[in-house]
Amino acid sequence: MTALSRPVELVCPAGTPAALRAAIDAGADSVYLGFRDETNARNFPGLNFNREELAAGVDYAHGHGAKVLLAINTFPRAGQPEAWHKAVDDAARLKVDAIIVADLGLCDYAARKHPDLRLHLSVQASASSAEAIRFYHRAFNIRRAVLPRVLTVQEIAALCADVPIEMEVFIFGGLCVMAEGRCALSSYATGKSPNMNGACSPASHVRYIEKGDKVESQLGGFTINTFGAGEPAGYPTLCKGRFETNGRLSYLFEEPTSLNTFAILPDLIAAGVTAFKIEGRQRGRAYVANVVTAFRQTVDAIGRGEAPPVFDLDGITEGGRQTAGAYERNWR
Amino acid sequence: MTLPPLRLIPPSPARQRPAGALSMGPVLFNWSPDRWRDFHFRIADEAPVDTVHLGEMVCWKRQPFIAPHLAEVVDRLRAAGKEVVLSSLALVMSEREREAMRDLAAGAGDLMVEANDLAITADLAGRRHAIGPMVNVYNEGTLAFLSRQGACRVCLPAELPARAVGVLAAAGLADIEVQAFGRLPLALSARCYHARSRSLHKDGCQYVCAQDPDGMPVDTMDGRSFLTVNGTQTMSSRYVDLLAELAALKEMGVGRFRLWPQSCDMVAVAHLFRDCLDGRIDPQEAGERLADLVPEAEFANGYIHGREGHARVAEPLG
Repeated sequence: MTALSRPVELVCPAGTPAALRAAIDAGADSVYLGFRDETNARNFPGLNFNREELAAGVDYAHGHGAKVLLAINTFPRAGQPEAWHKAVDDAARLKVDAIIVADLGLCDYAARKHPDLRLHLSVQASASSAEAIRFYHRAFNIRRAVLPRVLTVQEIAALCADVPIEMEVFIFGGLCVMAEGRCALSSYATGKSPNMNGACSPASHVRYIEKGDKVESQLGGFTINTFGAGEPAGYPTLCKGRFETNGRLSYLFEEPTSLNTFAILPDLIAAGVTAFKIEGRQRGRAYVANVVTAFRQTVDAIGRGEAPPVFDLDGITEGGRQTAGAYERNWR
Repeated sequence: MTLPPLRLIPPSPARQRPAGALSMGPVLFNWSPDRWRDFHFRIADEAPVDTVHLGEMVCWKRQPFIAPHLAEVVDRLRAAGKEVVLSSLALVMSEREREAMRDLAAGAGDLMVEANDLAITADLAGRRHAIGPMVNVYNEGTLAFLSRQGACRVCLPAELPARAVGVLAAAGLADIEVQAFGRLPLALSARCYHARSRSLHKDGCQYVCAQDPDGMPVDTMDGRSFLTVNGTQTMSSRYVDLLAELAALKEMGVGRFRLWPQSCDMVAVAHLFRDCLDGRIDPQEAGERLADLVPEAEFANGYIHGREGHARVAEPLG
């Protein structure tokens, strides 16, 4: 292996100020975060930042040579765009390094009102082709696109060669199996959606019901899974449930699994991807520190042309099961 | 996509009707080519719809099956005075799909194209086009941007409540369309769940989706109907039915209503919606007749009422 000629950016989750510091201390090049409201796609109780916390976070990050990317990646409510516009205005005022946006109208607002504010296209925009990415670039001067988790490594390599802006991909953590930003499964069952409310399969609609020696997990009243005695009852994320088709019970959409790309990280780097994103703004600082440390050491080893170290991350992944997801063609 | 030779036709009823137009399709399921053709012939001859959408929105592997019939179907529909709109693919990834979208934009002639992915919007900019329900239009800022690009008609995402629909219709920037009948498209994936349900992959799918003309039922572990799989697309199990909401939505300025083709008698469904829109039958009677037409279906209208999509709300809108 030869040393890399260009830097690789590790983009790490910061659900709280404590996680922000943990990620930066563990070697994050950038952290991404959101305001404590429905303007971001991880609008969960106890997470995210108010304006003062963001200002302190930006200070901490910049003091340590790291960047802050603010996700404003839900879709503004019709007739009430004020909270989203204010988030963009405050992002510019508080000097974040970029905002991560998905809505066309909000891209348009940011590009007109704050032409110097760097724009990244959120995974929620589901831009899966060079044509779509170039469209956002030309219309709003988008500088980086976070790719939806639908493309193979080969398709990503072709895409990187075909667009004039940076690409960012997910490398670890929770895994959407649907094209992000175009999924209404959660709202069909619960009335709450990632696009409108910043929440998928929200905890407010989750129930665990004991039935004899079994525990049933429900979302919005629909049974998502059943667990036997002694079996840990997993969270009922809709697309990771067990369903029946043609008389056969299966994890139809996806097993309760999480994304792990350690094995293919060199291929993703070679494909021309600039930035590598770790999912998990809902995770605690210990998790963030562990995962960021592992990826920092891996990316640095690859950068030096050395074999990456081997980590055992089984204990902190969802259900212990891992997948390279859509990056491998046979996932489809 | 091979496109038919174009000929001049008189303005279609869609352009004359001020509000309450009906759009049909595109067919989202993998119907046999003959069935697909004959369905559209019958729609052309008998269904009181203003516009018919053609094209493969879900999986490009199916497109070669309908391609040979496309020209004759376009001709038949236009001869019957229907406006034909070509709907684009909803998740564009591969080189083959990208090239097909470029060809669609370049070769549509005087047929309007409906964009279901931003991959095709750059090629449509500067001319009149439609935006489909798989493009996220949630607010007037996005509507204004797309309108400046040439979008004159927008079919809204399924999950939007009437309050948002009203704001967008009142903006007066584009003809606003709402999904009013059929299983709702809820999600898209690179993965084919029809294939996965048979332990196959998308590449070697054996076109098993063709076995389910209304999609494959997905039930919960305790046997409750929940979702429907249509290849890479996930849909609702329940059929949306907005017969009871048509008048209120029309009053808000909604210009047209989308009927998603199912294997039931869609000509009869279209007549029900037309009669209800024109006040010839009341919504309750129309709803009862609809239930008779699709006895196997459960119905929902939750989204438009700001509720869970699967909910059935009896109270009127507003």
